Amino acid sequence: METSPVDRGPDLQRILAQFKDRPGPLLEVLHTVQATFGFIPPETIAPIAEYLNLSRADVHGVVTFYHHFRSAPPGQHVLQLCRAESCQAIGGEALAEHARKRLGVDFHDSTPDGRFSLEPVYCLGNCACSPAVMLDGRPYGRMTPERLDALLASVDTQTGVDE
Amino acid sequence: MTTIYIPGDSSALSLGADAVCRAISREAAARRLEVRIVRNGSRGAYWLEPMVEVATAQGRVAYGPLSPADVPSLFDAGWLEGGAHRLRLGVTEQIGWFANQQRLTFERVGVIDPVSVADYVAHGGYQGLRRALSMEPAAVVECITRAGLRGRGGAAFPTGIKWKTVLEQPAGQKYVTCNADEGDSGTFSDRMLMEGDPLSLIEGMTIAGIAVGATQGYIYLRAEYPHAWRTLTQAIAAAYAADYLGRDIMGSGRRFELEIRVGAGAYICGEETSMLESLEGRRGEVRVRPPLPAIKGLFGRPTIVNNVITLGTVPLILREGAEFYAGFGMGRSRGTLPLQLAGNIKRGGLVERAFGLTLRELLYDYGGGSASGRPIRAVQIGGPLGAYVPHSQFDTPVDYEALAGIGAMLGHGGIVVFDDTVDMAHMARYAMHFCALESCGKCTPCRIGSTRGVEILDHIIAGRDPARNLERLEALCELMLQGSLCGLGGMTPFPVQSAVKHFREDFSGRAHH
Repeated sequence: METSPVDRGPDLQRILAQFKDRPGPLLEVLHTVQATFGFIPPETIAPIAEYLNLSRADVHGVVTFYHHFRSAPPGQHVLQLCRAESCQAIGGEALAEHARKRLGVDFHDSTPDGRFSLEPVYCLGNCACSPAVMLDGRPYGRMTPERLDALLASVDTQTGVDE
Repeated sequence: MTTIYIPGDSSALSLGADAVCRAISREAAARRLEVRIVRNGSRGAYWLEPMVEVATAQGRVAYGPLSPADVPSLFDAGWLEGGAHRLRLGVTEQIGWFANQQRLTFERVGVIDPVSVADYVAHGGYQGLRRALSMEPAAVVECITRAGLRGRGGAAFPTGIKWKTVLEQPAGQKYVTCNADEGDSGTFSDRMLMEGDPLSLIEGMTIAGIAVGATQGYIYLRAEYPHAWRTLTQAIAAAYAADYLGRDIMGSGRRFELEIRVGAGAYICGEETSMLESLEGRRGEVRVRPPLPAIKGLFGRPTIVNNVITLGTVPLILREGAEFYAGFGMGRSRGTLPLQLAGNIKRGGLVERAFGLTLRELLYDYGGGSASGRPIRAVQIGGPLGAYVPHSQFDTPVDYEALAGIGAMLGHGGIVVFDDTVDMAHMARYAMHFCALESCGKCTPCRIGSTRGVEILDHIIAGRDPARNLERLEALCELMLQGSLCGLGGMTPFPVQSAVKHFREDFSGRAHH
């Protein structure tokens, strides 16, 4: 395993400076950190806490409270699959089972090759077109196992074109 | 030049609206036809999306559902003049499904360019704010009270009373916050409004600020709505550029600033005190009330917390007057409600009607029955904390009090439809499971009770002493109802108890379907 240490310090200081003097900025800071690095790197907790005059426990507590924040890097593609009632009412559970099998991982996990992460989500607000998924932030409705396979294959070969 | 409206609404995108848009641009260019494309919101007829409208001499003519492959034949059929085609649906506003609605809050959604202030103003926008600026603050609050507007987020608390409390607090920093953490499954009206007519929300928040003396607003938007974020962000920038936000609103010398804060995937943050904690950058743990947010809310200051639909309805009430709005509805449920049909439904989408129509009209006249073609067995109204309602109660009118009368609640107006293949014991278990996943952990009945609830239901489903376990489940539900700090633990028993009450045969421990 090679893990070259990345110096995230300068990027982090730049992010923190944007939020100077803003009221209650921790969630916004964490969103920006995650948008920059893909996750909340554990080594950023202490400097964030120090900058915002919070304890490390405060910051850790917020990171772990919210489902959206990740403490480890996600796969290259993130598939969010809705598991709420509306999607359950019309094939959502079978779709979830299919996604698990197709990717060979459970929810909250990434494929060993790092290509895909599978995440549960509790409502995408696309309930008139259930079952719904979001792949890399793009919504897809009336999803079926067959269409999901095609969708995953289309990004797996990554042509950069989505049609 | 012909204008073509292609929804940019995220549900329409989820059905391929962008690909249709590209195909239309390409085809128009190839035929050397000049067209103006507007990415509007959705009209809410999602079974017809992507539904594209062409502005013709007869009015806007709708075609749908479209795929990119249909596009050449539409041009061949002369659709820019409203020509006949197998996918031609007719003049949009004459289609029965639209014509039979009463769109007040959603009057512009799907009609205008969502981020154009000029388009908004041309369709009645900012007349409400203009009127509010000419009135005493107390008179603005009084107008909302007389209109009978109640909180559309789910709690149905009279909006005017909430505003009056904030107005009566001593001068100083006050806030207007919008709860846009629309987490209930089966609901999407907030999203549609923010993607289709965000300026109505912005105007409503500005009026609220003028009415109570607040100069700062925050929209707490859920992270699952990136498209709504994009549209809102553009609309807020456009409102600032046109002096509808900022230091000198419409030349009145009054100030109102507005900012979006994004949530992070916690259902509990739709609870107002948890939302305030989250806005302050903390874990979304609920606060003990009192004090009410109207007295001690965001950063300890008097704060209005209202839902998107509530605030988005305010401009219309100021523009048309309290009596106009109160003229719709029944009993103590005044005005209209944007209802959302979801789940296993043939014609899913948004139906805005005055309170008082029955569930049956909604499910069958608008919804067309189940998508699977099988009988509808149950509907869950009002999100994951709402009761399951059986077929025998479908003649109940959609009205806050009438639904409370059958032990249900209207909530945010979402209706999730299940056909006869649903296993209600499984759904009851899911309700407890969801509560366990989303509990903020502050109070024991919710934090521990939900996990115990899952375990008891697992026993029942496995057929282990179902009679005795049903008694234990009932006792647990009562404890959660009575002892929880907020609605999450306090209402999770509703779907569980209603499932047991109306579908007891599913709880006998035998496999059913």
